Amino acid sequence: MSNAIHLHYEVSGEDFTRAGEASGAVKKRLKSLGYSPDAIRRVAIAMYEAEINMVIHAEGGFCDVDIYPDRVEVLLSDRGPGIPDVEKAMQEGYSTAPANVRSLGFGAGMGLPNIKKYSDEMRIDTTIGVGTKLYLTVRVNQ
Amino acid sequence: MTVKDLIEELKLTILVEGDLDREVTDCYIGDLLSWVMGRAPEDSVWLTVMGNINSIAVATLADVSCIVLVENAALDTDARNKANIHGVTILQTEENSYALAVKISGLLR
Ligand SMILES: Nc1ncnc2c1ncn2[C@@H]1O[C@H](COP(=O)(O)OP(=O)(O)OP(=O)(O)O)[C@@H](O)[C@H]1O
Ligand SMILES: [Mg+2]
Repeated sequence: MSNAIHLHYEVSGEDFTRAGEASGAVKKRLKSLGYSPDAIRRVAIAMYEAEINMVIHAEGGFCDVDIYPDRVEVLLSDRGPGIPDVEKAMQEGYSTAPANVRSLGFGAGMGLPNIKKYSDEMRIDTTIGVGTKLYLTVRVNQ
Repeated sequence: MTVKDLIEELKLTILVEGDLDREVTDCYIGDLLSWVMGRAPEDSVWLTVMGNINSIAVATLADVSCIVLVENAALDTDARNKANIHGVTILQTEENSYALAVKISGLLR
């Protein structure tokens, strides 16, 4: 696919107040490429949720974005503890977020459900002690 | 109704001034950020007590018209800076969400 645009971002695991830089940059890029506001909103929210998760629940990682005319594909890969029970983690309201991040408004247990809601495809590959890979695709109406 | 109208009608304090001519068509109340990102309609006025930097990211992503910090909830410095950079309007009131939302409901009708 010669007309794909590839973007790569490192996501720091140190400072979750900075999380959102990758999704913010992608949002800008999609806007300048003329994608629809609805598609941009869905990509940006799904990515932000995943980015925040990488920082809060893992130790950061990287994010690869492929922008095609008809879809946006994102891989978010972290070096965190992995997710023991993905089905449970996907449930609305399930959260292991610690108290310090809950006091900042995280920990509703709605991040993964939001990603599912806003993406057209979502897949989680996770290995305990190794990390988690989240693949998501948002289709763009043309 | 615009953000400017809202400020005048409800006597809100401006903490950060973004686009005050933006339309307000709805209202959403919530402090859990993922909840807000999943449910807040675009062009809402968002009532919350969360005045930290992540709220600014959420406001941008959910594309709300403005944030109102109710019950004089504080806006921290990082959040103020980020709101300035991104042009997110932040307002403040001593009223609670319920009292303010009742008034907003009357205005949006
Ligand atoms: N990248 C990850 N690595 C390890 N665990 C994760 C990761 N992402 C999610 N989880 C686990 O799945 C749970 C649910 O995630 P989800 O994003 O839905 O909610 P949350 O992050 O806890 O709260 P919210 O997203 O509403 O602020 C988390 O609490 C955590 O236990
Ligand atoms: Mg989350």
